[in-house]
Amino acid sequence: MDFGFTTAAYVVAAVLFILSLGGLSGQESAKRAVWYGIAGMALAVFATLIGPGSGLWLLSLIMIAGGGAIGYMLATKVQMTQMPELVAAMHSLVGLAAVFVGFIAHFEIGNVLHGAHGEDLGTFAALIAHKSPVEINILRVELFLGVFIGAVTFTGSIIAYGKLAGKVDSAATKLPGGHMLNAGAAALSVIALVWYFNTGGFFPLFVMTLAALFIGYHLIMGIGGADMPVVVSMLNSYSGWAAAAIGFSLGNDLLIVVGALVGSSGAILSYIMCKAMNRSFVSVILGGFGGTTGPQMEVEGEQVAIDSDGVAIALNEADSIVIIPGYGMAVAQAQASVAELVRKLRAQGKNVRFAIHPVAGRLPGHMNVLLAEAKVPYDIVMEMDEINDDFPDTDVAIVIGSNDIVNPAAQDDPNSPIAGMPVLECWKAKQVFVSKRGQGTGYSGIENPLFFKDNTRMFYGDAKKSLDELLPKID
Amino acid sequence: MTPASAKDLQKLGYTCLIETGAGSAAGFADQAYVDAGVEVVKTGAALFKAADIVAKVQPPSDVEVKRLREEQTLISFFYPAQNAALMEAANKKGATVIAMDMVPRISRAQKMDALSSMANIAGYRAVIEAGNNFGRFFTGQITAAGKVPPAKVLVVGAGVAGLAAIGTATSLGAVTYAFDVRPEVAEQVESMGAEFVFLDFNEEQQDGAATGGYAAVSSPEFAAAQLAKFREIAPDIDIVITTALIPGRDAPELWTKDMVDSMKPGSVIIDLAAERGGNCKLTVKDEKIVTENGVTIIGYTDFPSRMAAQSSTLYATNIRHMMTDLTPEKDGRPNHNMEDDVIRGATATHKGEVTFPPPKPKIAAIAVAPKKEAPKELTAEEIRAKELADFKAQTKNQVTLIAVGAALLLGVGLVAPASFMQHFIVFVLSVFVGFQVIWNVSHSLHTPLMAVTNAISSIIILGALMQIGSGSFLVILLAALSVFMTGINIFGGFLVTRRMLAMFQKS
Repeated sequence: MDFGFTTAAYVVAAVLFILSLGGLSGQESAKRAVWYGIAGMALAVFATLIGPGSGLWLLSLIMIAGGGAIGYMLATKVQMTQMPELVAAMHSLVGLAAVFVGFIAHFEIGNVLHGAHGEDLGTFAALIAHKSPVEINILRVELFLGVFIGAVTFTGSIIAYGKLAGKVDSAATKLPGGHMLNAGAAALSVIALVWYFNTGGFFPLFVMTLAALFIGYHLIMGIGGADMPVVVSMLNSYSGWAAAAIGFSLGNDLLIVVGALVGSSGAILSYIMCKAMNRSFVSVILGGFGGTTGPQMEVEGEQVAIDSDGVAIALNEADSIVIIPGYGMAVAQAQASVAELVRKLRAQGKNVRFAIHPVAGRLPGHMNVLLAEAKVPYDIVMEMDEINDDFPDTDVAIVIGSNDIVNPAAQDDPNSPIAGMPVLECWKAKQVFVSKRGQGTGYSGIENPLFFKDNTRMFYGDAKKSLDELLPKID
Repeated sequence: MTPASAKDLQKLGYTCLIETGAGSAAGFADQAYVDAGVEVVKTGAALFKAADIVAKVQPPSDVEVKRLREEQTLISFFYPAQNAALMEAANKKGATVIAMDMVPRISRAQKMDALSSMANIAGYRAVIEAGNNFGRFFTGQITAAGKVPPAKVLVVGAGVAGLAAIGTATSLGAVTYAFDVRPEVAEQVESMGAEFVFLDFNEEQQDGAATGGYAAVSSPEFAAAQLAKFREIAPDIDIVITTALIPGRDAPELWTKDMVDSMKPGSVIIDLAAERGGNCKLTVKDEKIVTENGVTIIGYTDFPSRMAAQSSTLYATNIRHMMTDLTPEKDGRPNHNMEDDVIRGATATHKGEVTFPPPKPKIAAIAVAPKKEAPKELTAEEIRAKELADFKAQTKNQVTLIAVGAALLLGVGLVAPASFMQHFIVFVLSVFVGFQVIWNVSHSLHTPLMAVTNAISSIIILGALMQIGSGSFLVILLAALSVFMTGINIFGGFLVTRRMLAMFQKS
């Protein structure tokens, strides 16, 4: 096949990818959109396989099939609560692949420059052979960038995976030296770039790769577990930029298009998450909360506990109920019990809805997926902005395993570390029940005045157990 | 002090003493105290001599004040505003006086709010007392012997006593109405099962929160409207319970003589404000009178004492909570912390200084939030002007961004070779398309979005596939590994997205 066919196929694939992302604007169109994505990917791979310059297609097919089998196993086995870990782990693979492809490109450039003209060279090599020295240099910079971003993505994603899976301590930890170490590694990479630019040797590339691997590791280690939604979407963005950079060096437009799409998608997601937490992107990446001054407000009053009978009575009497799930629901695997509760309440003709804060859970949209898994209809699952004004008319608000996202201190206390963060104003409901394991604080380690309010009752215990106890009492 | 609370006090590290016969009226024999480990002292004088902290109910008599000594603490109802001389005398002795009537009304202090405990009893007892003097059932009944209409009860003043009275009256089956000058208590009244009597009155009503949860003096117009309403409903009411008091003032007159005259014979008025002159001018303090038209007016002021067992138990608990707050270390030594809002508020004299009146507590009583300014209605012109300004700002923003972007592009174009620029344009356009598309993705689909972008970022497989045909072994190995890893990603990413999306369903 000639080059024209491949290019045409790439154009079609790029359009399909754009449609695939655009289709995610609604639940129904999304089901179609994922097929666009699959078709686009199949077309792109097929076109490349039969395209000019590729060889060893049997090996390629075997490798794809092998990877596919593992991917299939992962995708079917994974629990919906483990979604964040899976996504993080898969990002690391893209990162590593980017590093490898960058290395390959480097070797090819070397081969061409050393005059190895021959039949066994791929298209890429053929392409290089026609290039001027300036172009080769630009190519090197692009390649260098691709490897750098890929390496950061690789280790960063592995650490993010470890933190999400609980294999690495989720607290923010830094090596002595803190950000100076990162800056040092970055400076080393710049030096390596200049070096590489001048000599074109493998060694500076390798040094830079090590430095980048370290940056990825150290950067993500310094970010706490609660900020993981931002981190995961940021890594998502990085994997896209890495692909785009490699695309530049290989002169492949499809890689550039898709990389740019993924990169901007991740960047927007990070932006949305940061906005939902009222934090600047930089302060999340550099770890720790933004500057707070002065002591926090003292919390007055007592936390009043309630048992399942009390909750059941209130629920049986209520007409409108809002449920606010958080990471605690995912941890306790309580989504099925929650869904059952909702089914029972809705069967009685009550108005039951869910309020989802943008940063609830450990991944953007995490709660929606969990509730969908438990067969909660998505049209009763509301966003924060849609439902916040309805709380004063709500009889009962149930908070299940969330804390900071319902903390009134964000509005009342200018000295609170989360001051200004938009929160779900559940305390405006007539009654609030908080299902919580104990009296501890949330991930940000701050007191929640909601728990001390007069209309709040604490429903202590594991979320799933508490709900299962509650279920038979709802009639 | 009850035998039960004595045990709790001992847990705080205190030794307890009691005057002989102090509990007898409430049904607690001296022996019960002895069994609880309390030492029974013969006389009050001896008690004052032996104890470091003396707790009693009524304000101390002059003799008792003389018995006080330095470093001694007296806990009782004290009414420091009315008993300035007594306070001065106690202060001269160097004693600390904690006035139980001055405990601030904040959530944390509710457990030691003796006024509320006593008011609760008074409200309950007022209904019982009324029933005692009322010749009919409270509840309506239809019996073989005829139909009995339910009694109609009006409670004026929905404070603690008023609410307790409402609760008692409704649970006896009476039709209960209630009135209060603070409109925000209407909800509480309705929650107790009574109907709130609203006035046709449009003045900005005062906010109870400003006065620490108590009522304040109302305007003459308001008072007139209120009396008119009472006059209108008076003939229908069988039982009136008035509890209206304003701190530090005589009780307002709310139930005038002509209202009493218009009531049916056999009706009962319980005036819980009798101590301060009464809400009804016919009330005689501490007595029960019957008017010419057969209306019974009761002006007792000792309702809590009429339920001695109950009031002793509650008061003893209030005192015990006060002692718990005074003894944070549980070591039997009071720690008079003047930084504490509750203790500071209740203290009348301390260490030779008169500390009344206390500063305002830091936390206001719970009441309705002050009304917010209604957002200003914009006129059509203002809206248009605002839209125009917004539009201009937006245009300015976008033009600046485009200009900067274009300048940057041109700058790159000047130095970079043409082949690079081709790809660069593709890149910039894709980023642009990406931004436009992603903003429309709905919040709930962010996780599927991440999975899908993750899957398609495996497009890097193309880079590996293009070069796997190279001759070098190292290149083939790396390329094969890349293909393998991205293969995992492509299949895993798309499948998991499909799985997630299939779960979303409409109700």
